[in-house]
Amino acid sequence: MSATVYVPMDSAALSVDAEAVAAAIAQEARRRGLDVRIARNGSRGLFWLEPLVEVESAQGRLAYGPIEPADVASLFEAGFLDGGAHAKALGPTEEIPYLKDQQRLLFARCGIVEPLSIDDYRRHGGLKGLARAIEIGPPAIIEEMLASGLRGRGGAGFPTGVKWRTVAGVQADQKYIVCNADEGDSGTFADRMLMEGDPFTLIEGMAIAAIAVGATKGFVYIRSEYPHAFATFEAAIERARRAGLLGPHILSSIHAFDIEARLGAGAYICGEETSLLESLEGRRGQVRAKPPLPAIQGLFGKPTVINNVLSFASAPWILEHGGKSYAEYGMGRSRGTQPFQLAGNIRHGGLVELALGATIRRLVEDFGGGVKSGRKLRAVQVGGPLGSYFPDSLLDTPLDYEAMLAAKGMLGHGGIVAFDDSIDLARQARFAFEFCAKESCGKCTPCRIGSVRGAETVDKIVAGVRREENLELLRDLCAVLTDGSLCALGGLTPLPVLSALDNFSEDFSAAPARVAAE
Amino acid sequence: MARAKPWDAELAASLIDERRDRQGAALPILRALQESFGYVDKAAIPMIAEALNISKAEVHGIVSFYHDFRASPVDGDVLKLCRAEACQSMGCEDLVAHLAAEHGLEVDKSSPGAPLHVETVYCLGNCALSPAALLNGDPVGRLNRTRIDAIVRDARGAPP
Repeated sequence: MSATVYVPMDSAALSVDAEAVAAAIAQEARRRGLDVRIARNGSRGLFWLEPLVEVESAQGRLAYGPIEPADVASLFEAGFLDGGAHAKALGPTEEIPYLKDQQRLLFARCGIVEPLSIDDYRRHGGLKGLARAIEIGPPAIIEEMLASGLRGRGGAGFPTGVKWRTVAGVQADQKYIVCNADEGDSGTFADRMLMEGDPFTLIEGMAIAAIAVGATKGFVYIRSEYPHAFATFEAAIERARRAGLLGPHILSSIHAFDIEARLGAGAYICGEETSLLESLEGRRGQVRAKPPLPAIQGLFGKPTVINNVLSFASAPWILEHGGKSYAEYGMGRSRGTQPFQLAGNIRHGGLVELALGATIRRLVEDFGGGVKSGRKLRAVQVGGPLGSYFPDSLLDTPLDYEAMLAAKGMLGHGGIVAFDDSIDLARQARFAFEFCAKESCGKCTPCRIGSVRGAETVDKIVAGVRREENLELLRDLCAVLTDGSLCALGGLTPLPVLSALDNFSEDFSAAPARVAAE
Repeated sequence: MARAKPWDAELAASLIDERRDRQGAALPILRALQESFGYVDKAAIPMIAEALNISKAEVHGIVSFYHDFRASPVDGDVLKLCRAEACQSMGCEDLVAHLAAEHGLEVDKSSPGAPLHVETVYCLGNCALSPAALLNGDPVGRLNRTRIDAIVRDARGAPP
């Protein structure tokens, strides 16, 4: 009987030798004359266990990890194909607490299916949302999206249903669906994982949006730092066309829709929606003033739905199960689930999908297991490079849009980066300005000039030059950036800066005092 | 990753021609040139301007806006080292210092003929296995001094 072994081809797994592990398993099986099929799945998102090898068994899949090529012979020796005991055996994958304690709606299939198999996708519940969307028609699709309470998962948190309704209400000869897959925030990888591990969910979600608003063409803008995601997604589009999921009659309906994947060219700012549209149109990725909203005049001046990967990918679940079921998850005005991403100096880094409203502490401590270096946790940055640094005293803040705002932070794209006590928050504040200066599109003055002046001012404070005066200047500069910038890059750079200053002011004292204190 | 070809105006012309009618063709054209030659040659700028009916200044503006597009070819291996927050938390700056001190390799400084070029990137989406990098387009995670030393040692160097 043939055995099936899963070895992920997610790029995080590949970065720690998954390819060599797969080759070693194939070779060892041949050597032993065993019939082994090696299936390549996406990642389950338990990255500290990568490469995570799974074996199909009567009790479901059994996990072993992290596996190095050198472990392979001993796995066979232990009879892992029949679930044999091994030092790296983790038992049934679904029973691993990290996975079992999650609420996976959006990532339900990721790491389970073979990413490019439409049959596998259907077997695991794929295309049911799209089938229902075709059946109920545009107004009812939008009603479901509104009822779900889904808010933009890219970071801005604008209600997705409202956006779709706006585009649906505009008359135009051409409308576009644009997916923002320019996932540039440090500490985030959910978009990448989904595109590599379950790409048809994104295609299905975009097709649902297209039907809802009457668009026939879609673009997915993928950052160039994600070469594997781009390759997988392009292959998925091709297969979707062949299977009739894209094309002139999607799922044999009257609706036409096709998607083109475009590769970015290394510009963080292109994650800002208007800058992304400029880039897609073939120009410098400079931010546009709003209004007009992209929903009215977006790509090539046409009404455009532009959403993050996770927002589109939530649509199939919402359409299949109903907006009301989705809204049962979450708290306050933050409905549904959020794929949180645990990263940086953390023992159990990975993807944790939970209803909105879980606390930072639950993620960092219960799921993450604390810092990896063995030192003391000092700061947690939530929401990417434009998110705030939180000290231990604020870790009980719930991760929802409103609670994060109230704590002077933002949820962003759900990235959570842990730092131990070797971190210098004045240096992080300076980096926030440096990053803003490097990635600024240059269109508005507060961002272009203010970021450079900000870095200089932090330097002066740390050097003890007219400290009080410069601290006041720094706060004033942050107010100008917040109020006067055209987009979120300049507008939110003050979050990491001011949170560092407010929560870790001891790091901003003059250098000699800091040395003495250590 | 395939080695970049030397600049070839005829090949460039056909790469441009194949893509000129696509919507928003500038980026697909520039990407194709960069992928074929490893950089965007100055000679391509008037060709693109002509094909897309925009000014040379506009093309130059696009090329210079995006970090990916290089102005000159790079021989040897390219290590794109992530220096964003998640990798900072796991010591990527220590690796930057180590590369300079032990191997004389300065990040983002081009040194013709060097076997390895190290460039800064901000985030590769491998933040749970940081420090992370892309070596000639292939992901590398859980970097440390030992793994960096091995990458430098195995760098293939410029072709003879």
